[in-house]
Amino acid sequence: MIEFKDVTFVHPTGTTALDHVSLTIGDGEALAVVGENGAGKTTLIKHITGLLKPTSGAVLVDGEDSRERTTAELSKKVGVAFQNPDHQLFSENVEEEIAFALRNFGFGEELVKQRVDWAINFFGLEEYRRSSPLTLSGGEKKRLTIACILSWDPGVVVLDEPTVGQDVIQKEKLSEIIRMLKSAGKTVIVVSHDIEFLWPMQTRVVVMSRGRVIADGPAAELMLQRETLASARVSQPQLVALYQALKNRPPAPFVHVHDARNWIAGLVK
Amino acid sequence: MAKILRMDKLNFKYPGALHRTIVDFDLQVEDGEVVILAGPSGCGKSTLLRAVNGLIPHMYSGDYSGEVTVSGAVVKDEPMRSLAQKVGFLFQNPENQIFMFSVERDIAFGLENLGVPRDEMRKRVDEAMAQLGISHLARRAPHELSDGQKQRVALAGVLAMGPGLIILDEPTSLLDPMTASELVELLDRIRREKGTTFIVVEHRLDLLVRIADRIVVMSAGRKELDGSCREVLADDRAEGYGLSIPAVVKIGNMMGPGMFRGGKSVPTASELANEVNSRAV
Repeated sequence: MIEFKDVTFVHPTGTTALDHVSLTIGDGEALAVVGENGAGKTTLIKHITGLLKPTSGAVLVDGEDSRERTTAELSKKVGVAFQNPDHQLFSENVEEEIAFALRNFGFGEELVKQRVDWAINFFGLEEYRRSSPLTLSGGEKKRLTIACILSWDPGVVVLDEPTVGQDVIQKEKLSEIIRMLKSAGKTVIVVSHDIEFLWPMQTRVVVMSRGRVIADGPAAELMLQRETLASARVSQPQLVALYQALKNRPPAPFVHVHDARNWIAGLVK
Repeated sequence: MAKILRMDKLNFKYPGALHRTIVDFDLQVEDGEVVILAGPSGCGKSTLLRAVNGLIPHMYSGDYSGEVTVSGAVVKDEPMRSLAQKVGFLFQNPENQIFMFSVERDIAFGLENLGVPRDEMRKRVDEAMAQLGISHLARRAPHELSDGQKQRVALAGVLAMGPGLIILDEPTSLLDPMTASELVELLDRIRREKGTTFIVVEHRLDLLVRIADRIVVMSAGRKELDGSCREVLADDRAEGYGLSIPAVVKIGNMMGPGMFRGGKSVPTASELANEVNSRAV
């Protein structure tokens, strides 16, 4: 369980990035975090992994105060794939990149090899096994950072803007990974501007604006609140906007395109 | 209409690579067009763009054949400093592009490098800032700005060079939905006011299809689809090439061609809803 208890974070420059944030994320929960650029989403994530410590208030990961744990200790529990893969990749080749953290965490060589092979296959990186991570395309780098994190099997997986540079096939794979992690009992936190990607997953959604959590609830309820979303510069998913603009509509918004298709086909003969 | 970009049987293979990254690529882009370049990740989009702005073959060696011309200049024979005034490039992350101590110095950087006279430089920088609505930020430090503002500063730096063609690499992917939508409207305005041509690499099509004329889809280095947004989005193969077909387009396709008046524009959610409301029995 991750608990933010009245967390405020003030940058050394004096800017308040988190403003009295209280939030509890249960084990096995899937959570989407949305909000305007600079709303504090990435700062929030950095608190979970201990990269930043609260100026006031406390962050507890499985009951342990982040200030009393090192980032290395917390990373074993919390894997974060940051927004910019270039900040995270440094090894000589893809294989070494994935093996790096595994060796650091003290996994045996046999297990390291198994996990590396699994991650490379799963993310379709076979042909780059021995290539430098820096020669990969933007989308491939992104997948590699996620592969690295999943390889050591942390209980909490945090993905910061995972869909940047990903085509629709990779995006589907990503949603599948998120579903898979969820069913394996992992806590998954996805920070994204890609509202169309988030919507069908129907997770709990936290809306942040100017360092505060301004709304928190199930996607199906929250995404109907156009004004609240707009105040965090988030627009509604197309299917929700379509749903709300229909005169004759079903009780709940369309989750998938085929839901909308079937409904509309019934309306328009 | 004049063709600002012509690509004639372009082939390119990086040194040591097994396959060509660009294969027999033909492409013509007209003045003032907005073209989306899409395709699965790793399909060669970035390489193709490097062949347009001259990084290929001037900075990257490899096996190169075919010809690319931009505003009438043959890319492989044209010096980079001259190409920099014909083709502008906006990176995905503006942080990679802005670095000076003030917004105006940053925008002037490219012009200073070309040795443009002071008065002319002043004029062009002021124009670019006015066009992007950032004149009030002139003396601010770029790193203090919001991401949307940084994006505008980077774009102003590109505009100040006066290129006829601007390439954008996933320009909206790091922006929140509303800032992204404002950027797309801005591109449309610049196109109308200055006749600038844009080639935009983008997976997220929901915003861009509203202003784009065409979608070019590539896969494994080859051009696979090339047509109006309406045509390409209705093509059964499009999704297989990694395009995210916006939900309203998928539903609109079902509603028949009436949804896409003029054969080009793509409906918004509310336009689609209005159509459904009016046709409901």
